[in-house]
Amino acid sequence: MIFLLLLRRLGEMVFVLFCISLLVFLIFFATPGADPAARIAGRGATPQTLAAVRHSFGLDQPWPVQYGLMMKHLFITRDLTSFVNIGQKVVPAVLQAAPVTLSLVFGAAIIWLTMAVLVGVAAATWRGSLLDRALMLLSLVGVSMPVFWLGEVANLITQARFHNTWLFSWVPPLGYVPLTQNPLMWFKSLIVPWTVLAVTYIGLYGRVLRANLVEAMNEDYIRTARAKGLSERQIIFRHALRMSLITLVSMFGLDFGALVGGGALLIEVVSSLPGVGMLTYQALQNLDLPFIMATVMYGAIFIVAANTVVDMLYVVIDPRARDGR
Amino acid sequence: MAAATILVLVVAACIAAPWYAAHVSQTDPFASDLDGSITLNGQPVDIMQSADTGFGVTPIGPTWSAHYFLGADNQGRDVAARLLYGGRNSLLIAGGATLICLLLAGLVGTVAGFSGGIIDMILARALDVLWAFPVYLLAISLSAVLISHGLQIGPIVVSSDSLLIPVSIIGLVFVPYVARPIRGQVLQLAQSDFVLAARCLGVPRPRILWKDIMPNVTTTLIVFTPLMMALNMLTEAALSFLSIGVQPPAASWGTIILDGEGLLYTRPMVAVAPGIAIMITVVALNFLGDGVREAFDPRAKLRVQK
Repeated sequence: MIFLLLLRRLGEMVFVLFCISLLVFLIFFATPGADPAARIAGRGATPQTLAAVRHSFGLDQPWPVQYGLMMKHLFITRDLTSFVNIGQKVVPAVLQAAPVTLSLVFGAAIIWLTMAVLVGVAAATWRGSLLDRALMLLSLVGVSMPVFWLGEVANLITQARFHNTWLFSWVPPLGYVPLTQNPLMWFKSLIVPWTVLAVTYIGLYGRVLRANLVEAMNEDYIRTARAKGLSERQIIFRHALRMSLITLVSMFGLDFGALVGGGALLIEVVSSLPGVGMLTYQALQNLDLPFIMATVMYGAIFIVAANTVVDMLYVVIDPRARDGR
Repeated sequence: MAAATILVLVVAACIAAPWYAAHVSQTDPFASDLDGSITLNGQPVDIMQSADTGFGVTPIGPTWSAHYFLGADNQGRDVAARLLYGGRNSLLIAGGATLICLLLAGLVGTVAGFSGGIIDMILARALDVLWAFPVYLLAISLSAVLISHGLQIGPIVVSSDSLLIPVSIIGLVFVPYVARPIRGQVLQLAQSDFVLAARCLGVPRPRILWKDIMPNVTTTLIVFTPLMMALNMLTEAALSFLSIGVQPPAASWGTIILDGEGLLYTRPMVAVAPGIAIMITVVALNFLGDGVREAFDPRAKLRVQK
């Protein structure tokens, strides 16, 4: 029974991926307004380049053929090339940049999950107090800041204004050091971007967790626990928090996928980390559409796959999800 | 309500942008002014000063007086005046996108939930797919394509620097986020006792839709409005920062942060000020959103009282 459900979920994933690839194809090749070859070749392309683009993507052939060719370039032969930086292969560049993005998002996720649980539990335990209000106000401010701006302010503080004080003199210049090359420098170079990226999510998760905990505290099973004579701390950690974490886990699956799949773009740009988002950004600067197409498709695949994995875990972990939907 | 007051002040300040540019800062915020100078404390000061390092020039910093209150950007333009003009675009885009998003989502959600059957299945599937498509990637691909050559559908031509492009893109990408809950609500309402009673009485379906369903959907949409506007504002800033939102010479808070990126270590105010403006506006919108939700949702009110 579970097996069938998981199989159905996989089928849904394939369907969604097919629709997304179709949508990407339509956006890049069928948006009215200009010749798609001119779009793909970039600004100021020569007639030869245009002809090469037309041939490579089969633009003189019907749409299904064009779609097939695009998919072939992306996934089978993986020889999609940029026509702006002529000859640059797109797919290997994306795969090469992936570890940077993964490092960034993993570290940030650890920070934001820990901090959000602390914030949420503290606010819910002392709900109505000054601490609760202060934490919730800070969370709201955290959610309301543009992440790239926060990154710039962090750079301003740690790289320039306070760089020569004891507080931030250890912060290395912007950039990325691979983990395999120097683990300590890897850690140092990522700690500011991690924190900046985590701020929004600490605010978001902290607020959701607090609301869930406060709601859970009014449930019957908590009253039962209280009647049993459990201490407030035991009630929160062993009963209320466990239930509330389910919501956070599903949020986490979505957000993690979205960040690795392209959402970390802004913070990568601000902190000069050469990840997938940075590639997308550079491609955006010269409107290098094959590049954007590849990062969007690979990002979307990652996100949809991550969501499916979360859903499947759900079915395995939570018996109630089996007969739902 | 403090949040509403702050929002009114922000909007009023942005509406007053031309007045500020004409009478207070007395500069054209869209024309570069590389060799002008102003009088500060009786002394003439160049707008573009030679840099401390000896290479190139640095724009004037915040003077905290009428001219160049927040300093100049790297083209010698008054940042304070551009901030107000940029705020107009940011607010306009966030507001317009919210309107588009809520109208479309309300329509799609209601039609899907109320008609049921094959229409519902198709619409719900389409929403699922759009929802699975990451927002930023969708917005980036749409913007990249549209910014490169504009849009042309039959007789309608939208040029690539039109504000309509970011407005409609941001409006579109968040539709599933609103339409899915609306559809769920309409499905639930369609099976509720009072709708059943109305149907038993022989009330025609359009009248049920208008009298029983629409008021509930409208309430939900109103609750969504400030929160969507906050989200749209942040999205606009991000797209403009990536140079695929508002196109120069027009300004928005996102583009001013982009302008200030190169001056971050010498004249941080150019990048910092618009970020603070965004933060204040979005915090106020979120507060307003919480207030509206509590006002319309009695259960939330109960929860707060406990």
